[in-house]
Amino acid sequence: MKKPMNWSKISLIIAAVLLAAIPFVSDSRTWLILLTQIFIFSILAMSYDVLLGYAGMVSFGHAMFFGIGAYTTAVLLDRFEPTLLVFSLSIAAGMLIAGIISFFVGLLTLRLKDHFFAMLTLALSGLFLVLAEKWRSVTNGNDGFTFSAPDVFRDRAVFYLTVLALLVVVYFALRRFTNSPLGRVLIAVRENEQRTKALGYRTLAYKVIASVVAGVTASLAGSLYVVSLRFVNTSVMAMDVTLDALLMTIIGGVGTLIGPIIGAGIIELAQHYLSDLAGEYPLFERWIIFFGILYILAVIFFPTGIAGFFKSLFSRRRRPEADAPPLEPAKPEVPR
Amino acid sequence: MEPILKTEKLTIRFGGHTAVDSVDFEMPANHFKSIIGPNGAGKTTFFNLISGELKPTAGRVLYKGKDLAGESPIDRTRQGLGRSFQITNVFPSLSVLENVRLAVQSKKKIRFDFLRHFSSYASLTEEAEQLLELVLLKDKRDAAASQLAHGEKRKLEIAMLLALDTEVLLLDEPTAGMSLEEVPAILDVIRKIKTERQKTILLIEHKMDMILDLSDSIMVLFNGRLLADGPPDVIMQNERVQNAYLGGIEHGTAPQNG
Repeated sequence: MKKPMNWSKISLIIAAVLLAAIPFVSDSRTWLILLTQIFIFSILAMSYDVLLGYAGMVSFGHAMFFGIGAYTTAVLLDRFEPTLLVFSLSIAAGMLIAGIISFFVGLLTLRLKDHFFAMLTLALSGLFLVLAEKWRSVTNGNDGFTFSAPDVFRDRAVFYLTVLALLVVVYFALRRFTNSPLGRVLIAVRENEQRTKALGYRTLAYKVIASVVAGVTASLAGSLYVVSLRFVNTSVMAMDVTLDALLMTIIGGVGTLIGPIIGAGIIELAQHYLSDLAGEYPLFERWIIFFGILYILAVIFFPTGIAGFFKSLFSRRRRPEADAPPLEPAKPEVPR
Repeated sequence: MEPILKTEKLTIRFGGHTAVDSVDFEMPANHFKSIIGPNGAGKTTFFNLISGELKPTAGRVLYKGKDLAGESPIDRTRQGLGRSFQITNVFPSLSVLENVRLAVQSKKKIRFDFLRHFSSYASLTEEAEQLLELVLLKDKRDAAASQLAHGEKRKLEIAMLLALDTEVLLLDEPTAGMSLEEVPAILDVIRKIKTERQKTILLIEHKMDMILDLSDSIMVLFNGRLLADGPPDVIMQNERVQNAYLGGIEHGTAPQNG
């Protein structure tokens, strides 16, 4: 167990260092912006993975936490001075609000299981979307508003590095969280909630904690997202945000944390290039169709996602030399 | 000696059907009692009432003299009433070791630590390994629980229950669905628990012959009623028990299934 973990840690740090070097060797603004976007959605997708991959809770309303962070930061930067201090405070404020709301959302799992919970989160996020549309004095409705970001972020490279640093911090924090004794119980809840109760764990508390951690992290992603655009409108609350997070998590690999980062990269790059192609081939104007196909293929052929696929590949290769008695593969390829 | 576990007029009705009908029973600490009865006699329902999965329509469950009404299964487990399930109930895609480790972690009350890596608690892993050795599953520690044979899953269940280290063990048909060759191994484990660990054990079992030499006493449920309770040899001679078992019909009612 120990060895591959350290190996993966080292390769991740190398990858982070390489990414951090990009602004110093390349001056392509497009790439910096695209990569920044990928990092932000990686944070969002990882937060979704805590819910889906670890606690096994299916939420269709994750966009609301993203939107809460987005609007909190946008409104505060617009109303007050666009300084780093206000920016940091707005992130904290967004996280606090998202934390409180996700706490109550988590509590709802007491009464609502599985798809009922999913439907309820869908309805709740719809409510927040309507709120963002109607509360025009604050949000300017569907039109949204522009605002200025802190001066230091005028330099795209600085913002890029800030987001990258946050991505690394969030990744290692969530990794520690999911590998902690508490995280192990979360996995147990996903696997078999009734049994977890019979072991003497209060499963509701664990689901609430997962909900809060996911909500707070998604809010951070939202805050960063609007600063990268210097613009906010109701699209940050839209269903598309949740679907993107869901796709990134599933394609990358549920319950792996690194998978959602890979997924975010694939989806963002695909979106970028496929919509570019639309200029030449009208077929690609409907590029979302290709996502549908990609999604179906991923679920059929890589049910554990890209990260899960490689994990099982490696663990199978190591097995023969591990012990003498021929065991069945420890990781089932197709989860039921 | 004060009974560690006791029920008073314990009753539960599902609609018009009385599954458990005013059962009075008690058992002292370090006692081994088996519950027998045909299908649908209410054995598992009786267990569910004791472990708190079901709420009684009437009557009470007392543990160490304390009324357990209103206490959730979680609370009861924490106070010392651990149970195993008739239907195999493990964490399927986790490793065998991890299944047991989670149970040990619960006993050690490490519930909300999110700052340390789980493997930094080496003692938990060690204890889980010892338990796997006890139930003869050590060579399967890294296999996923879903890959185990049925009998091995039952052993895993027992290991998880033992990991909780509760004073009372409620074992619901630990050998159910197991091939005959596997049964003696499980019996050995149960015998070991009884002699080495000083537990109070309440066991549901179909196979009369296998529990005779294990049990200190046997109680017989039939159609939700307590038919008899006493030492094994007395129960075996009991005419009503023999009727219930051999004929399965008393007062002209066939036992229901389930």
